[in-house]
Amino acid sequence: MAASVDTAETVQSIAGDKYKYGFITDIESETAPRGLNEDTVRFISAKKNEPEWLLEWRLKAFRLWTGMTEPSWSKLGYPPIDYQDAYYYSAPKRKEAPKSLDEIDPELLKTYEKLGIPLREQEMLAGVAVDAVFDSVSVATTFRKKLEEKGIIFCSISEAVQNHPELVKKYLGSVVPYSDNFFATLNSAVFTDGSFVYVPEGVRCPMELSTYFRINAAQTGQFERTLIIADKGSYVSYLEGCTAPMRDENQLHAAVVELIALDDAEIKYSTVQNWYPGDENGKGGIYNFVTKRGACRGRNSQISWTQVETGSAITWKYPSCILQGENSVGKFYSIAITNNYQQADTGTKMIHIGKNTRSTIVSKGISAGKAQNTYRGLVKILPGAANARNHTQCDSLLIGDKCGAHTVPYIETRNRTARVEHEATTSKIDADQLFYCMQRGLSAEDSVSLIVNGFCKQVLQELPMEFAVEAQKLVGISLEGSVG
Amino acid sequence: MLEVKNLHVTVDGQPILKGLDLSVGAGEVHAIMGPNGSGKSTLAYVLAGREGYEVTEGSILYQGRDLLDLSPEERARDGIFLAFQYPVEIPGVGTNSFLKTAVNAVRKHRGERELDAMEFMKLMREKRDLLGVNEEMLRRSLNVGFSGGEKKRTEILQMALLDPKLAVLDETDSGLDIDALKIVAEGVNALRSPDRAMVLITHYQRLLNYIVPDKVHVLAAGCIAKSGGKELAHQLEKEGYGDLAGKTGAAA
Repeated sequence: MAASVDTAETVQSIAGDKYKYGFITDIESETAPRGLNEDTVRFISAKKNEPEWLLEWRLKAFRLWTGMTEPSWSKLGYPPIDYQDAYYYSAPKRKEAPKSLDEIDPELLKTYEKLGIPLREQEMLAGVAVDAVFDSVSVATTFRKKLEEKGIIFCSISEAVQNHPELVKKYLGSVVPYSDNFFATLNSAVFTDGSFVYVPEGVRCPMELSTYFRINAAQTGQFERTLIIADKGSYVSYLEGCTAPMRDENQLHAAVVELIALDDAEIKYSTVQNWYPGDENGKGGIYNFVTKRGACRGRNSQISWTQVETGSAITWKYPSCILQGENSVGKFYSIAITNNYQQADTGTKMIHIGKNTRSTIVSKGISAGKAQNTYRGLVKILPGAANARNHTQCDSLLIGDKCGAHTVPYIETRNRTARVEHEATTSKIDADQLFYCMQRGLSAEDSVSLIVNGFCKQVLQELPMEFAVEAQKLVGISLEGSVG
Repeated sequence: MLEVKNLHVTVDGQPILKGLDLSVGAGEVHAIMGPNGSGKSTLAYVLAGREGYEVTEGSILYQGRDLLDLSPEERARDGIFLAFQYPVEIPGVGTNSFLKTAVNAVRKHRGERELDAMEFMKLMREKRDLLGVNEEMLRRSLNVGFSGGEKKRTEILQMALLDPKLAVLDETDSGLDIDALKIVAEGVNALRSPDRAMVLITHYQRLLNYIVPDKVHVLAAGCIAKSGGKELAHQLEKEGYGDLAGKTGAAA
């Protein structure tokens, strides 16, 4: 019931703020010079005091990247990106690592308060550990102690490189190799920070782990690198959510997320993405080119991706599962909302390798304004994947007559015992439904928000409670101005 | 309460209502009867403010104000309720949460405090027993998988919750068996009050056996062809609409 109960009210309380999170915090950045070359890569690595092997790995990626070309197969149109006209490193200035929240820059804390995620309150009330990524360096990690008691490691990937190099070395690039694709390779060369999670054998992580990303310094592309390892029989739920300040220039974001689930382990990864989408005329906005992939290495392992994508001018994102272990399970639940001139090309890949592997895909695409929304998905059954099962459901909802929805499913089956099902629907938001809601006293925008939240319910209910509420608000805000 | 004068309405350029007059006072129940295509549902939609129904001439006053100035949601918040002939399905939106949202939208407009979940459930329990709507139904998505009777009962339940000043019931009897009809009629009768006006739109006299109107109007070819007391409905039942449609000089 909770999933759509309070939508109308919450939307109403937020109405009027076109982009609530459009502000810039004044914190001095210590940036690398503009542009990208081997020196930039060395600068980043030196700043982070990285071991030699990691620098070498970055350099291999960089050298490969210089010979690569940007992929052009997606249904996205954007002006060419000048990779030399950006900064690749910026960090909030500080003398020593803070030991508690008291040592955190008050400016920064204020920023979080504006975003509605006061760390103090979270620490006391919510039971959510926050590894707050501000610009490119993690500045606050809470609840670490509680997690340490269970042997869980939750820290920034820079810290992990220093304190747990054996784990990082073993798993970094093992799911998304540095040579994977143009954007992932770029990330491998210049990634600045991100989260690292290790859950030891048999441990169930007692709280949702959460990271709030925020792109802040002007013209700094963010290259996050996240690595999550769930050892045998463990469980972890990870939340990623983000907002960004309003800006004129396009900002590039090319993150990589790698998940590894060993025998009987389960990882649940949820995202609410709310980056600046550009204005009503398509000016500005974030370019989001993300590579997210999970490997179900062990028997009976499970990985689920749940995403609510409402922001960014360009979204290029295909959270995928490699179902290697016998009986492993991959799930992908997605809501992608595009309004005005936003473009999204998103979906998933389910690669069935092991026997009796199962995957579920539920994709809900909503287009309004002049936006283009594409679902692109691959279901691949390899010869060894006897009795593999996939069910895919793709629903598109159109608001207005100037937007587009596209569904591009690829299915490759090389095992006769596999069963793959695909269902797709496209509908327009119904004038009868709108009038009905308005006749009951709801405004046009609240009506749209309510109907769209209903359309998305199947995905929203996969989100952890606190995220579901935020996601519902976003659904409403994202579609403001799309009717009437 | 409601004063309709010389109302002309076109839909897609096609004239449907052609000079309709209607006056409904507080506490009164009026029945609008008429053959198919006479403009009954058009009248309902115009009162509720549906897009695409263009008023080309005439006026509608509601509580002394020009109704045509108001948007559909303003009319709803100001106390106009339309029970739909075909209530729409909204997948994924729970009936309970939809009703709470609607009730609070109306309460807010009236300057009343919005109800929290507990208070709303209490109000809901009071009203739902009246109409034999069970709890399980309210947990389902709005109107999704409801039978015809369940949909109509839910409409009347919404009316009870929203406490309107002017309720327009568009063919609420259509598609109901006699038992369902009785339940709906009982619900409507329970909502009759001295400060509420009701307009019942119906094709058949049957409903009027259970909800006895103060006045009956016959709508034919876009205007009120005849008005009278409740006995007019019985006369129509016997004689049909043929004569009246003929009198206005247009076949319905």
